[in-house]
Amino acid sequence: MSLAVPTALEKEIDDRITHYPVSKRSAVLPVLHLLQHQFGHITEEAIEWTAAKLELEPIKVLEVVTFYPGFRQEAPGKYHIRVCRTLSCAMAGSYELMDSLCEKTGIDRSGVTHHHPIAVSPDGKYSIEFAECLASCGFGPVCMVNDDFHEKVSDADSLLSQYSK
Amino acid sequence: MSEAKTDLVDVQIDGVWHRFPKGTRMIEACRQAGVEVPHYCYHPKLTSPGNCRMCLVEMGLPPRPAPGAEAPEPDEDGHLPISWMPRPVIACANTVGPNMGIRTTGPLTEECRKGVMEFLLANHPLDCPICDQAGECSLQEFSVEHGKGESRFREQKVKKPKNVDVGPRIRLDDERCIMCSRCIRFTDEIADDPVLGFTDRGSHTVLTVYPGRELANNYSLNTVDICPVGALTSNDFRFQMRVWFMRETHTIDTNCATGCNITVFSRQNKIYRITPRQNNEVNSDWMPDSHRLNYHWIESEARLTDPLVKEGGHHRIADWSEALATAADRLSSLKGGEIAVIASARMTNEELLLVKRLAKQLKAGHLDTVARTGEADGYLISSDRNPNTNGAKLILGLENPGSGIAAIQRGIEEGRIKGLLVLQENIVDEAGFSPELLGKLDFLLSTYPIANATADASHLVLPGACWAEKSGTMINATGRLQRLNKAVDAPGQTFEPWEIVRDLIQATGGGNGVHAVTDIFKQLTAEVEAFAGLTWGQIGDLGLPLLETDVTIPLLEREKQRIASGLIVG
Repeated sequence: MSLAVPTALEKEIDDRITHYPVSKRSAVLPVLHLLQHQFGHITEEAIEWTAAKLELEPIKVLEVVTFYPGFRQEAPGKYHIRVCRTLSCAMAGSYELMDSLCEKTGIDRSGVTHHHPIAVSPDGKYSIEFAECLASCGFGPVCMVNDDFHEKVSDADSLLSQYSK
Repeated sequence: MSEAKTDLVDVQIDGVWHRFPKGTRMIEACRQAGVEVPHYCYHPKLTSPGNCRMCLVEMGLPPRPAPGAEAPEPDEDGHLPISWMPRPVIACANTVGPNMGIRTTGPLTEECRKGVMEFLLANHPLDCPICDQAGECSLQEFSVEHGKGESRFREQKVKKPKNVDVGPRIRLDDERCIMCSRCIRFTDEIADDPVLGFTDRGSHTVLTVYPGRELANNYSLNTVDICPVGALTSNDFRFQMRVWFMRETHTIDTNCATGCNITVFSRQNKIYRITPRQNNEVNSDWMPDSHRLNYHWIESEARLTDPLVKEGGHHRIADWSEALATAADRLSSLKGGEIAVIASARMTNEELLLVKRLAKQLKAGHLDTVARTGEADGYLISSDRNPNTNGAKLILGLENPGSGIAAIQRGIEEGRIKGLLVLQENIVDEAGFSPELLGKLDFLLSTYPIANATADASHLVLPGACWAEKSGTMINATGRLQRLNKAVDAPGQTFEPWEIVRDLIQATGGGNGVHAVTDIFKQLTAEVEAFAGLTWGQIGDLGLPLLETDVTIPLLEREKQRIASGLIVG
């Protein structure tokens, strides 16, 4: 199974590779970021596509993907929530926010590990993970839903209601 | 002379001054000076990532005076004082420079080694009693020298995958792995099959085969040899025998004309393992899996253990004196031209010299060996699957071994050849002789280690020892003379082929005073020009160049390039 990369994206990737004239291998991070942004997560096909693109062995790409928890190998939900757990937010109640979001969405985080940080709701609509500082320490707890930024999130219900479709 | 001198630098190692070529790795300089630096990830045939940190040493250079300050004075030998750096450096990836000092002892290096050992053992399962590597494990060895007596680690050890099937011949225990990456570099750099890598880097780093692939290339078992711990183990050898009980015999592989240098590990006459033995002129540090594992048949139930005489269409067991008398009797009724001899290029030079004598004494009309070819793999396996074709050419005077086989077949077909001696070959399965054709012969004698179709057709079958059960010399594809050394005793009444041929010579006429294979070697030095002046001892463990051939070994050629480009030490 090969990866269907849209022409515009492939063009962007090709352009990004030219930024690394010494070794194509250096482009592995930006390429993976672009692919994850497009497809939501990094599949086996994406790893092999990247390896072929950069003339690497697939294992070399897999090494990078598994090193960064930011690269997801499992598909996230339609709405991916990232809750900050760094000090200010933790003190402002981000752990309680996480518990509450999980309860409302039915997400079970018991299988989460350092290298597999994402948990998905049974209906596949929501997924959640802890993130490190989102740079709004005065307004904790903060979280992101897909690319939207939310500050002082006190009520899980009102947050989720904005993403109910 | 002066040019060579400029390339040398003075280096002080543990207080003693030495000279080394500029660019020598510090670890190699220490080794050449007789100082061992403990290490895990460093391997002279692979690139040096410097990731295990075990080879940390103290390093110093002459002090660089501040502007205006007085430059340091050299001592009477011309050496400048050394100012030691406060932090250690890795000896495997740094090179020596002029007036450099290296200290491999002292509080700093000892503290470093202790610290590295403690980190490496923090998550190690310490299952040495059931680990195959025990007895030849670098972790064990360096624990004795540099480890702490007891662990300070009170936390839960990290759990990782165990008993992972990484390929058809290899198993992986990720908990034992110390992440030295030797196996990854071997598959990348030498076997050209990069399927291994580290995933989930961090405290859970695991050695992984890329999903859907396997470590299955024909050189995979070399990763087990270079694994400094018990992480990679061979399915063939694991749990078979503790390494300290085995006897090591240095000998050579006979599966092809390369003649990889090997060590045979045996105990109580049973072979348990074969590993490559370093010879930079033949096989570097490696050997193919297919050759390494081709030894189980030596223990086969089908081994011939007694001479067999055919009577009324059936073989019966005979003793050697009866067998030899039978051979002499049957051969004496044939005229010289009616006899043909087919010897083997798997025989040693010493055996072949006696074969030549036997053929001459019998006035045999034909003498040849069986050619055996396959595909060269571009690494170590030669297209010539006989180990001693060069010996057969040199000693039997054959220009093109195997080219006379068709004439022998015709001779039998036309009734001109009535007696055939087949020495250490199975000509039915490997040279296209049909049992019907062999049925036309008045007398067929064959020697071989194992029951086979040619033996079935033979009037007299003599059990001849296999490569692991005999000694002698062979000449490999590149013209190198190498020694085959006996590792185990042959079963039952099996004799070494040179003894059989000697006895046949005696039984059919001439006596000779050959009592040991070294006696025949002496005769070779007298009779064969190329051997003139050589002694058995001179050949040693690594052999010596004997003939000029234009054959090269592809893996070695690539290794030379990597050494020349400075990638590896070699």
